[in-house]
Amino acid sequence: MPAEPVAAGKVFRYSFGSLGQYIIIMANNSADILEEYSDKEYEFGFVTDIEMDIAPRGLNEDTIHFISTKKKEPQWLLDWRLKAYQSFLKQPEPHWQNFELPKIDFQDISYYAAPKSRAKYKDMNEVDPELIATFEKLGIPLSEQKILAGVAVDAVFDSVSVATTFKETLKEQGIIFSSISEAVKEHPELIQKYLGSVVPHSDNIYAALNAAVFSDGSFVYIPKGVRCPMELSTYFRINSENTGQFERTLIIADEGSYVSYLEGCTAPKRDENQMHAAVVELVALENAEIKYSTVQNWYPGDKEGKGGIYNFVTKRGVCRGAHAKISWTQVETGSAITWKYPSVILQGDYSSGEFYSVAVTKNKQIADTGTKMYHIGKGTKSRIISKGISAGEGQNSYRGLVQVGSKAENARNFTQCDSLLIGDRCGAHTFPYIESKNKSATIEHEATTSKIGEDQIFYLNQRGIDTEKAVALIVNGYAKEVLNQLPMEFAVEAQKLLSITLEGSVG
Amino acid sequence: MLSIKNLQAKVEDKQILKGINLQVNAGEVHAIMGPNGSGKSSLASVLTGRENFEVTGGEVLFDGKDLLEFSPENRAREGLFLAFQYPIEIPGVSNINFLRTALNEIRAYHNEPPLEAKEFLRLTREKQKLVEFDAKLTNRSLNEGFSGGEKKRNEIFQLAMLNPKLSILDETDSGLDIDALRIVSNGVNKLRSEKNAFIVITHYQRLLEYIVPDFVHVLYDGRIVKSGAKELALELEEKGYDWIKEPVTTASV
Repeated sequence: MPAEPVAAGKVFRYSFGSLGQYIIIMANNSADILEEYSDKEYEFGFVTDIEMDIAPRGLNEDTIHFISTKKKEPQWLLDWRLKAYQSFLKQPEPHWQNFELPKIDFQDISYYAAPKSRAKYKDMNEVDPELIATFEKLGIPLSEQKILAGVAVDAVFDSVSVATTFKETLKEQGIIFSSISEAVKEHPELIQKYLGSVVPHSDNIYAALNAAVFSDGSFVYIPKGVRCPMELSTYFRINSENTGQFERTLIIADEGSYVSYLEGCTAPKRDENQMHAAVVELVALENAEIKYSTVQNWYPGDKEGKGGIYNFVTKRGVCRGAHAKISWTQVETGSAITWKYPSVILQGDYSSGEFYSVAVTKNKQIADTGTKMYHIGKGTKSRIISKGISAGEGQNSYRGLVQVGSKAENARNFTQCDSLLIGDRCGAHTFPYIESKNKSATIEHEATTSKIGEDQIFYLNQRGIDTEKAVALIVNGYAKEVLNQLPMEFAVEAQKLLSITLEGSVG
Repeated sequence: MLSIKNLQAKVEDKQILKGINLQVNAGEVHAIMGPNGSGKSSLASVLTGRENFEVTGGEVLFDGKDLLEFSPENRAREGLFLAFQYPIEIPGVSNINFLRTALNEIRAYHNEPPLEAKEFLRLTREKQKLVEFDAKLTNRSLNEGFSGGEKKRNEIFQLAMLNPKLSILDETDSGLDIDALRIVSNGVNKLRSEKNAFIVITHYQRLLEYIVPDFVHVLYDGRIVKSGAKELALELEEKGYDWIKEPVTTASV
């Protein structure tokens, strides 16, 4: 977490999801701040200056021209988008996943939404009561609940001052942290060099779609030898408006630099866009390290799974130089379907990749998630710790690929893949893929499946701990290895989130 | 402290307790002996409120309150402790964190504030020493990878930390070597006071050489068929349980 951003006496909350990015300051004596910011327009150009309108539904070349024109993009970017669109058209939807892919009508989506957040409901009475109950438990103030649930609010107020403070600090060190749109204008050489260099525009159907129509996202560049002094997250790249369902993130850590990046929010966030196909690209040069943490708690739908979000994300990092390191940590509790495999290409010699994951599915939620580790350089190392938790009728699949190329002398991988079942209607599945072309490689895979037993619960009950707390204790103990990877405050929130998510799952 | 009257219970369709009567007062230690399957552990399960055990008759008063009305956690909070025959492993949850949660839950029930970290650690050190519990084990995951003896000793350590009014030791001696047995017994003896009470469930007289009971009861076929002073245990050791079974069979005909 960055240094204390607001004056004492003010409670600071944030949300930094792939969707709306905004910051809210709930001030105890907030009237002044409210007034100051509620009607303030952006001054720092985080938001591209566009008219308020929505592209007609449907996807064709005109749509892409429309988006690119609206964003005043250079020709090369438009060309890239169009190439991506062509490869989107050629690709079939995949069929190897361990769930039935709901039919998605790509022509029924509006690919350019006006950036003003539009309210879905008139008041809280129209919102799923379960969702409200969760907000209450997380202790989210009502005004913020409304924003998260998509209820019309009188004022969304952003803290411009906080952003400015951070921007100054980062600027001093030469760190670039901005929206992709801004970076296209300010640092076209970096964007041209790296955009699509890790996840090509033709990578998979969803990545191709993203490349064709992506709305905006974050851009980070850490110069040589700089250790980013704070945890970066979109929450201070202030943007109270939706970046939409096709977000794009690009992070470049130059030689010997370090950055820790946070994405997501523990508060359940509702969104009108059902399918999300984001792309995240990480590039770590020699001796650089990128730590990318995600807490994803999008609306999972009601108990029947209706209205939940499909989260189809392509996340990939490349350790381009020797001794580079990329670490993915994710806590996935939301979405109706989570389908993603944050991967690392271990190109540089002695580079290393890590993947730490907790994925929870309950009710009718589905998660098919895992990682891919491509060992190319010699002495490359990877470590995979996956903890699946299934409750209700949730289906949780781990799918992981460890690939060792012929030149990856002495590559090492350790995979631990655990599943925890709560109740007897849920499922856990493990699909490990191991491909090695080098005899010197060491690959270890461990897997366990366990169940929260009545015996465990009773044991804790007998010590005066009620069942809800007992489940929380057991689940947090189970996920500890992953939660420990998260930055401190995030870890505490994630812990609380896990407990709340699983409330009522037992007994 | 504990008053059990004509307690009857069943698991699924099997009647396992057929009318238990037992009075335990503060300061007393009661031993419950009996052959396998006589209902000893079932009695412990019913008293602590384990699911699957259905009370079909009788009553249990704990300090004058209807114990059976309480949830398992509230029975614990009221001061009832069970040292498990097979302590459960909970990976990733540190012993110390578990104990602090338990202790503070119990305190909250009695409207007491949570124990401050410093005070809690002081208490931990004191009790560790009292029951000769290895300090290294307090920071390990709860019972995970503990030996049988370590698990049993952990039960006694928890007992010491939570300071219950009534403790039931369910075959705490099973699987213990003689040294461990001595350490566990010493711990219990140090914790005995005028204010608390113990029910010691065991197969063997051996444990009772260390934890000397005030009363010995023999449980057979869901009933207490014989009660006596500590000498009864010796008699059982010598004669076995067969002579106890006789009168019951006759009586029930």
